Amino acid sequence: MTEYLILIYERESGYAEGGQEAWEASGKAHARFAEQVGEKGGKMLGGNALQPTATATSIRDDVVTDGPFAETKEALGGYYLIEARDLDHALDIAKLCPAPYGGVEVRPVMDVSAYMG
Amino acid sequence: MTPKPEPEPDQDVGAAVADAHRREWAYVLAATARVARDIDLAEECVQDAYVAALDAWSRQGVPRNPAAWLTTTARRRALDRLRRDRTLRSKLPLLIEPEPETGPGAEAEEPVAADDDVIADDRLRLVFTCCHPALAREAQVALTLRLVCGLATAEIAQAFLVSEPTMAARVTRAKKKISAARIPYRVPAAAELPDRLDAVLTVVHLLYTTGHTAPAGPDLVRADLVERALGLARMLRDLMPDEPEVRGLLALLLLSDARRATRAGADGRLLLLEEQDREQWDRAAIAEGAGLVTEALRGGRPGRFTLQAAIAAVHAEAPSYAETDWPQLLRLYEELLKAWPTPVVALNRIVPLAMTAGPDSALAEIERIERDGRLVGYRYLPAAKADLLRRLGRWDDAAAQYRIALDLTDNAAERAFLAGRLDEAAARAAGGD
Repeated sequence: MTEYLILIYERESGYAEGGQEAWEASGKAHARFAEQVGEKGGKMLGGNALQPTATATSIRDDVVTDGPFAETKEALGGYYLIEARDLDHALDIAKLCPAPYGGVEVRPVMDVSAYMG
Repeated sequence: MTPKPEPEPDQDVGAAVADAHRREWAYVLAATARVARDIDLAEECVQDAYVAALDAWSRQGVPRNPAAWLTTTARRRALDRLRRDRTLRSKLPLLIEPEPETGPGAEAEEPVAADDDVIADDRLRLVFTCCHPALAREAQVALTLRLVCGLATAEIAQAFLVSEPTMAARVTRAKKKISAARIPYRVPAAAELPDRLDAVLTVVHLLYTTGHTAPAGPDLVRADLVERALGLARMLRDLMPDEPEVRGLLALLLLSDARRATRAGADGRLLLLEEQDREQWDRAAIAEGAGLVTEALRGGRPGRFTLQAAIAAVHAEAPSYAETDWPQLLRLYEELLKAWPTPVVALNRIVPLAMTAGPDSALAEIERIERDGRLVGYRYLPAAKADLLRRLGRWDDAAAQYRIALDLTDNAAERAFLAGRLDEAAARAAGGD
């Protein structure tokens, strides 16, 4: 089994415009997804939703600036850490991850044990 | 990497090794990867086995089954290397399910000799791994040529007109992704097969078209790429005989390639379908291709490769350009447009439309495709439009379109053709007739 991070990228305006209803629908969809990971034979190791990019602060060369590291149309809004057999299995699971205003990126987690001695 | 075996004093042995390289590389590599569980290690061991074959076969004669000899030799080398350096395996794992009798640490007992005659055929796994959708198309193409065909990085770089370091980096990046993201080494399950197979067929088709019309340079056809694509299509047909689209692809390549000798004149000028000498078309290839189309059309809704092959078959079987079955072609293009709704297919439909409904209707349709905007910068759009305007006697407009097409074209043979047409249109426009 390998660990994969599912990064959720969405247009923040989608939720801003959708209001309370959009948030509730999203809450239900994510609760369902958390169950589906196990049903698909994977393992949910963790995950969180992030506050919008308006709350982000970036630091580059010790200079602190307001805003996200990179301005993109679709911003990182949350993530899940899952365990899956291989990339096909991880993609199979990630396809179920709700992201109505964008999409998700799947990244394998590096095994750093080889570099840690 | 992947050195082509050097010709030895014994020409027969050199030829036998070269032949085994061309025919058996994928089989030997796939079977070795099963033991090595690492693509890089498997590749090195297979290269070593080919080098060893030159010497061994000169002394002992060419074995009855060269693929089995090469596989056994490569697998032994892989096992030796694994025993010497056990860490290799954990560094670059290839996701191969262990063979039943091989548990962790049991490689020493790998029955190399026992299964010489029943080596599992893993070529499909290899192909599907190389063409995994998580890899960029250009990486899929490079990996297929490298791992399935055994081409050297320098050869692949040359075929795609990029520098060798660029291609080497592309291959390395792709291999790293396979390993780090754990792209599995397996044939996809039935539910995913249609999509995944389409990616494989697209890669083979892309190899063919790249060879068929080299995007730049003096030669219209890069024969080696065409041969590789045909070889891959045949291999896929042997391995997946029940997939209609696999038949469709092989048919399409055979039918297009049957016209290879007639696509350019002695002076290198591109010849249009209507100018080609049909006597010189390869009748055996056409018969084989047409037979495959018939089989592929049986049962179910035909896919895009089958429909394109059917179109190629109509052209190939027409006694002359004038006697081509244009209404049938128009029907096939309309089906193809449904199966594969792309602006390029819409553009290709213009030819039978012009032949059945006349150049005026075709021109109206091409202007509609132009407005759609997705073919901006596509050289065959102004070329097709110029041809219709030419037939309507609108020489000024035709010349303008030939100029646009010429600006977008790098292939020398195609440029010569367009320049000739431009001169004609410009002269007629100036002459006022």
